[in-house]
Amino acid sequence: MTRGISWPALWLGIIGFGILYVPVTVMVIYSFNSSRLVSVWAGFSTKWYGELLENDAVLEALGKSLWVAVNAATLSTVFGVLIALAFVRLGNFRFRLLLSALASMPLVMPEVVTGLSLLLLFIAMEGLLGWPAGRGIDTIIIAHTTFGMCFAAVVVQSRLRDFDMSIEEAAADLGARQPYIFFSITLPVIAPAVIAAWLLAFTLSFDDLVIASFVSGPGSSTLPIVVFSKVRLGVTPEINALATIMILLVAASVVIASAIIYRNSAGRKAAAATGGSGHES
Amino acid sequence: MTGSPFIRISNVTRRFGDVVAVDDLSLDIDKGELFCLLGASGCGKTTLLRMLAGFESVDSGSIEIDGIDMSRVPPATRPVNIMFQNYALFPHMTVDSNIAYGLKRAGLPRAEIESRVTELLRLVRLSGMGGRKPHQLSGGQRQRVALARALARRPKLLLLDEPLAALDKKLREDTQFELVDIQERLETTFIVVTHDQEEAMTLASRIGVMDAGKLVQVDSPRTLYDRPKNSFIADFLGTVSFLEGKVKSAKGGMLQIDGPIPVTAVDPGGFAAGDDVRMAIRPEKISLSRESGGGVNEVKVMVEDMAFTGVASNYRVAGPGGVLLKLTQPNMRRGEPALEWEETGYAAFDPADVVLLRD
Repeated sequence: MTRGISWPALWLGIIGFGILYVPVTVMVIYSFNSSRLVSVWAGFSTKWYGELLENDAVLEALGKSLWVAVNAATLSTVFGVLIALAFVRLGNFRFRLLLSALASMPLVMPEVVTGLSLLLLFIAMEGLLGWPAGRGIDTIIIAHTTFGMCFAAVVVQSRLRDFDMSIEEAAADLGARQPYIFFSITLPVIAPAVIAAWLLAFTLSFDDLVIASFVSGPGSSTLPIVVFSKVRLGVTPEINALATIMILLVAASVVIASAIIYRNSAGRKAAAATGGSGHES
Repeated sequence: MTGSPFIRISNVTRRFGDVVAVDDLSLDIDKGELFCLLGASGCGKTTLLRMLAGFESVDSGSIEIDGIDMSRVPPATRPVNIMFQNYALFPHMTVDSNIAYGLKRAGLPRAEIESRVTELLRLVRLSGMGGRKPHQLSGGQRQRVALARALARRPKLLLLDEPLAALDKKLREDTQFELVDIQERLETTFIVVTHDQEEAMTLASRIGVMDAGKLVQVDSPRTLYDRPKNSFIADFLGTVSFLEGKVKSAKGGMLQIDGPIPVTAVDPGGFAAGDDVRMAIRPEKISLSRESGGGVNEVKVMVEDMAFTGVASNYRVAGPGGVLLKLTQPNMRRGEPALEWEETGYAAFDPADVVLLRD
């Protein structure tokens, strides 16, 4: 106790992180199991990774997932920035509260509901407009954008809220006009939040199974769909290897996003601390 | 151009909801002036500045700069630049790019931009710092970058919103003189907004004191201090003691005023016997000694409070009828020890130093 280590807190921490990460760790370890039996350890091997690389169905699904995630993340970020700008800049317009509640509704909406409603929309649109013709990659991108942009808007909004408006006025004073001010001043300053929003939307899209299963069509199975259908036939070490790779991808983007957000807020704090004149609000 | 002032603000009003921020205000400013708008926070001085820059619209009245009506001119094309209170430097750009931003918008050739940036950095004594980012600079350096950036487009008018408020006291004093020096060298018209009366006195050739959206008095610092128009100005600029009384007689350019302390004052004109008057006397214009000198305006007082500040001692003394006088004695008399608490002495002031207030 003398060094300030509180043993109960330490144990609680260990138990908490254990619950979170022991299953994942076990899965990662078994992805290096040389045995085909999932529960029997028979020595270290990377052969399942090798087999995975030769599995065209999985590789194709991975490619589709990445394509969907990149597009959905990009669209989500563009729309998210627009939503955030509207809410932060337009001040207190009528129905603001209602609209902002509506904008964040998809964050808490059950995925089954989102998926089903989008499916019904796409079918109705196909009947009325002839587009989208069937369901495939495009519909998944649209579906992922609808919820991704809400997350993106939340991330960007929090950065925009403590954005110093006077720097935009300074740009206007120095002869700049919109949209030049937005691209030369606003966007670079909120860039860390925009990148974080993109990575978040990417991760959400890459992970999504439920919504994608509703709006995907034949031949447009994303990686989570392929994994899920494989698991139904029994868990193989190959799936463990695939899951490990997905964890790596997702973890990497989450780590990058948090690092960007952290570095940015630390930089702002440091700027505020020196000279006392760096306050941005 | 002759005859018409460089900046003409005519009957300008600006409301925010029910609050009248600027109330039917008119003001002329000449070319090359260093004009100071002084007032407590919320008096409308920043709103007026933002209207000059074009960030706030004018509800009624007009603003003319160099003979051109500004009502339809957007901030980007006004011959005006503003230095913001928090400097508003672009945090993602280097010092060089910050200063060059407005020059690039003006479409100047690259070589000219570079030479102007170098010249401006020299002007604000930041040569060699051009490659730094704002967060790598001290508060004083940031202030100078903001000044250089605002001057880059060679505005006809530079607006400065509390330019020194974010600096510590020592740095502020040095920077004040620097700012005046730069203004004199460039001969640009400066309008400075500040709530700090000492800052306004040091910087400005003319000060406009604002209260509740109106200009109360516009004068040189010395006139404002020595001849305040009313008790608001007298109280706002420095310390004063107020005396009340009734004019007993007015003859030979002198007023005899009855009150708890009878006062002889130089008649500024316009007072007659029987008028109620309010007078103000600056603390450094009252002398204090142990012995009676026997002159006019001498009153027996008791020291209630005394504070030694180094350069001087500040006293609060009570006269007849409990009237309190605030006075300052320079710390230079040798020999005679200064008066202490509870001692009695004589306070005296010259009839010419009595300011008669009209409010």
